[in-house]
Amino acid sequence: MSNNGKMIRKKDLTLWERIYIPEILKGVGLTISQIFKPKSTIQYPEERFTPPASFRGRPVLVEENGVERCVACGLCSRVCPALAIEVQGSETDLEKERFPEKFEINMVRCIFCGFCEEVCPEEAIIMSQEYELVFQSQEEAVFGKDKLLVPIEKVRDRLEFLHEHR
Amino acid sequence: MNLIEPLVKVVLILAVMLTLVILLVYSERRISAFIQNRIGPNRVGPKGILQAVADVVKLLMKEDIVPKNANKPIHDLAPMISIGVAMSTFAVIPIGGTMVLLGQSVRLMLADVNIGILYILALTSMGVYGITLAGWSSNSKYSLLGGLRSSAQLISYELSMGLSIVGVLLIAGTLQLDGIVQAQSAYIGGWLPAWNVFLQPVAFVTFVVSAFAETNRLPFDLPEAEPELVGGYHTEYSGLKFGLFMLSEYVNLVVASAIIVTLFLGGYSVPFAEYMNLSAQTVSLIQVLTFCVKTAGVILFFVVIRWTLPRFRYDQLMDLGWKVMLPIALANLVVTGFILAAFS
Repeated sequence: MSNNGKMIRKKDLTLWERIYIPEILKGVGLTISQIFKPKSTIQYPEERFTPPASFRGRPVLVEENGVERCVACGLCSRVCPALAIEVQGSETDLEKERFPEKFEINMVRCIFCGFCEEVCPEEAIIMSQEYELVFQSQEEAVFGKDKLLVPIEKVRDRLEFLHEHR
Repeated sequence: MNLIEPLVKVVLILAVMLTLVILLVYSERRISAFIQNRIGPNRVGPKGILQAVADVVKLLMKEDIVPKNANKPIHDLAPMISIGVAMSTFAVIPIGGTMVLLGQSVRLMLADVNIGILYILALTSMGVYGITLAGWSSNSKYSLLGGLRSSAQLISYELSMGLSIVGVLLIAGTLQLDGIVQAQSAYIGGWLPAWNVFLQPVAFVTFVVSAFAETNRLPFDLPEAEPELVGGYHTEYSGLKFGLFMLSEYVNLVVASAIIVTLFLGGYSVPFAEYMNLSAQTVSLIQVLTFCVKTAGVILFFVVIRWTLPRFRYDQLMDLGWKVMLPIALANLVVTGFILAAFS
C-alpha cells in the first residue's frame, strides 16, 4: 500500500453508521429477506439443466436427409487446437461429391472451443446442447460417426442461433 | 443424599444436548443454504433431518490420524477438555422453576450453585485450554497460530464479558442464576417485564458481542479462519476427535445462548403468567417451553449473524475488544453503580 498503511475512505461514516449496531441489523434484515427468494439449485439427477442455444456442448455432425452434410474438407481437423478431430475423406455419387469415410473426435482431447463449428463452410459440424459425457476408457472416448451423427431436427436451435449471430 | 435425581438429570441433559446439537447442525446448514439461495441437505431422512446423524456415523468410522511429531497424550486430551468444559457449563443453567414429578418436587436445574455465574465464567475460560492445547500439541504452524489467536481473543473478550455481567449482578444482588431469573420476573412500570435487556441494554450488547468471540463464531472465528489457517486449531485432527471439537463448538453455542437468555432475557420466566390462573404444573411446563423458545431464538440470531458479517481482521478484533468493548462495559458498570446508589 502506498499510503503508508493508512485507510482511505471515500466518505467519513456518520455517527449513526459508526454506532455499528443499526447497520448490523440492516444487514441481518437483508440476510433474512434472502431466505424467501427462489432457490437457484438444480437437483441434478432428478432435474436437469436445459442449456440455451448459445451453449457449447459436445460437437456433433449434422445429418440431413439421412446423410451427413460434411464434405470432408478437413478444415475442422486443421483448426482444432487440441488435435482432437481426425477426418478421412472419400468420393461419393451424391451432389456433394465427397464424404467423410472416417470422422472421429477424441472427446478426452476436445476442449469445447467451437473453432470447428466456426470454420466449417457447410455448417456440418456444430456444438450441440449435450453436456453429459461419460466414458470408462480412452477407447470409448473416441467418438466415431455412429455417435457423432445427429438428425438436423435435434439441432435446429443451434443452427438458428448461428444464423442470427454470425 | 438422593443420588438418583442428579444422575437422571445428567443423563437427560446429555441426551437432550446431543439431540439439540444434531438438530442445530442440520438447521444451521439448512438456514445458511436458504440464505444463499441454495436448498441444503435434503436427502438423508425426511427433508434431510438425519444428515447430521449420517455425518456423525461417517466421523466415527474415519481413521484417527495423529501427526508424527505431535504430543500424543495432549493431542488426545485437548478435545476431551473442550467437550467436557462445554457440557458441564450447562449444569448450572435453570431451564425451569420447580416441577412436581412422581410426587417429588424437582428443581429443573442440575446444580443450584450459589455462585453460578462465577462457575460459568471459570468454565468458559477453561474452554480455551482445549483449543490452545490442541493448537500447541499438533506441532503444526497453522494449528499453533489458531490456538494462540484463540487464547488472545478469549483473554480480550473475557474482560468485557465479566464487566457486563457485573451490571446484571448489581441489579439482581445475587450470583445465583435462579435468583437472577427471579429478579427479572418483576415489572417496570407495571407492564414491561423487568428483563435485564431493558434495564442493562449496553451490557446486553457488550455481552452478546463477547459471547460471539467466546464461542468462536463468525465474525470472530479467527482461531479457525479457514482461508488463512487451513482449519486453525483442529487442522491436525480427524475422525472422532475432530467430531468432538465440532460438537463442543455447537454445545458452546447452545450454552452461550442459554446464558444470554438467563442473564438478559428473563430466563424461564413467562411474563404475565401469574395473571392467567394456571395450575403450578402447567406454569412450570410453560416455563420450560419458554426457555427453549427463547434459547432457540438467540441461537437463530447467532446463525443469521454468521451468514451476514464477514470475519474481522486480527488487529480490528483486538481494537474492538480493548478500545471499544472494555471502556463501554466499564462505563456501563460505573453508571449502573451510581444510579443504584442514588436510588437506594
